[in-house]
Amino acid sequence: MQKTYYDPADLKKFGKISDWNQELGKKFFDYYAKVFEEGALSEREKSLIALAVAHTIQCPYCIDAYTGDGLQRGITKEEMMEALHVAAAIRGGASLVHGVQMMNKVNKLDM
Amino acid sequence: MVTKSLHKRESELANSKRQLEILSNGIFRSGDLPKFADKIAETNQFPLKTKKIEILQINVGYMCNQVCDHCHVDAGPDRKEIMTKETMLQCLEVIKKTGAHTLDLTGGAPEMNPNFRWFVDEASKVGIKDFIVRSNLTILKSNKKFADLPEFFKSHNVHVVSSMPHWTRGKTDKQRGTGVFDQSIEALKDLNAIGYGMPNSNLRLDLVYNPSGAFLPGNQYALEKDFKKALIEDFNIQFHNLFAITNLPISRFLDYLLASDNYEDYMYSLVEAYNPTAVKNVMCTNTLSVSWDGFLYDCDFNQMLELPINSKIKHISDYNEEALLNRDIVISQHCYGCTAGAGSSCQGSVA
Repeated sequence: MQKTYYDPADLKKFGKISDWNQELGKKFFDYYAKVFEEGALSEREKSLIALAVAHTIQCPYCIDAYTGDGLQRGITKEEMMEALHVAAAIRGGASLVHGVQMMNKVNKLDM
Repeated sequence: MVTKSLHKRESELANSKRQLEILSNGIFRSGDLPKFADKIAETNQFPLKTKKIEILQINVGYMCNQVCDHCHVDAGPDRKEIMTKETMLQCLEVIKKTGAHTLDLTGGAPEMNPNFRWFVDEASKVGIKDFIVRSNLTILKSNKKFADLPEFFKSHNVHVVSSMPHWTRGKTDKQRGTGVFDQSIEALKDLNAIGYGMPNSNLRLDLVYNPSGAFLPGNQYALEKDFKKALIEDFNIQFHNLFAITNLPISRFLDYLLASDNYEDYMYSLVEAYNPTAVKNVMCTNTLSVSWDGFLYDCDFNQMLELPINSKIKHISDYNEEALLNRDIVISQHCYGCTAGAGSSCQGSVA
């Protein structure tokens, strides 16, 4: 048994998820491929969104995958870092905006 | 950023035999990854055979004004291998009788060969359909004696193919040296000003993109769109097509991969992206590479690895196009670089 929960080599085995359920696995990977095709958003824009989300959900596989994907697409490190700050701002903002609830509660209870 | 070639530094990787050893040992010897010959055999593509020679690629010397981190030639100002006029005359005899539709001059910086202009002058008289010169752009700005080259190219209807690793200064200069981006932009403006790269212009100007690190190039068409958008918006520069070329794990790029501990991961990514369709159209099937000293190779990469063609004819002076047909192509693990993803060649993607 491996000594850590994450192994970078496991990313390459993602497709094997289908081995235990072909139907759902296929539907998922077909959907996944379709999502990243160029549409109203470019593939490049989708790659940056994926990178930001990867950091938000703190998925090491996704961070690995979409950092590499971004480099292949010619996305610069400046663009990558800005995308991450968007994720961080939303994530931080999500904590802070709940402060309004705290303030409401304090205002209601406090004399 | 390196400033001297591997040869000048007397690096062990300046030795092509050492490079071939590395490419055959480790993960390939252990069987963790299949050797290229075994991989193409899976799809009945071994031995890889040549077809009709369509592209004659002549390397007129390894001297260059730049020392790029990824250079497969190990080119630089310190390289002294330069094609002589005598060898050029032998090449001209072949150019006159070849059935190839494309003549492709490369280097180093081909313009640094002292007989470059004479050779272009003579070769252009033959009337070959597509006459390419691979220019690194900065050479046009490096010295006054090269400043009129755009006009010279135009007067000989030369198809200019130039390296441009990114549309931003940071990524370009990191790979090719400080100041390369600004000089390249100025050179592209000069070329545009006389009609090169303009819409509907017959003066062809294409750019070559190499990834600036241990990763594969993305989709060539998507990259071309991004390059075009950025270059027109930022500098009002136009060009025709972008060729996305994969860095092959030889010479200085191999040195970089090993030094940065990226070699194994890079080879894994090449093998995982292996595309049998790309094998059908790899450039060695329709290209013949001629070295500065007149020897013949299946491609510029084999030239640098000193892997001569599998034929009795070894030198341009003995050239016989009929006898060179249907050769077995000499391969090693570096060939995975040309068969990954959409494939890679000096003309960009092949699949």
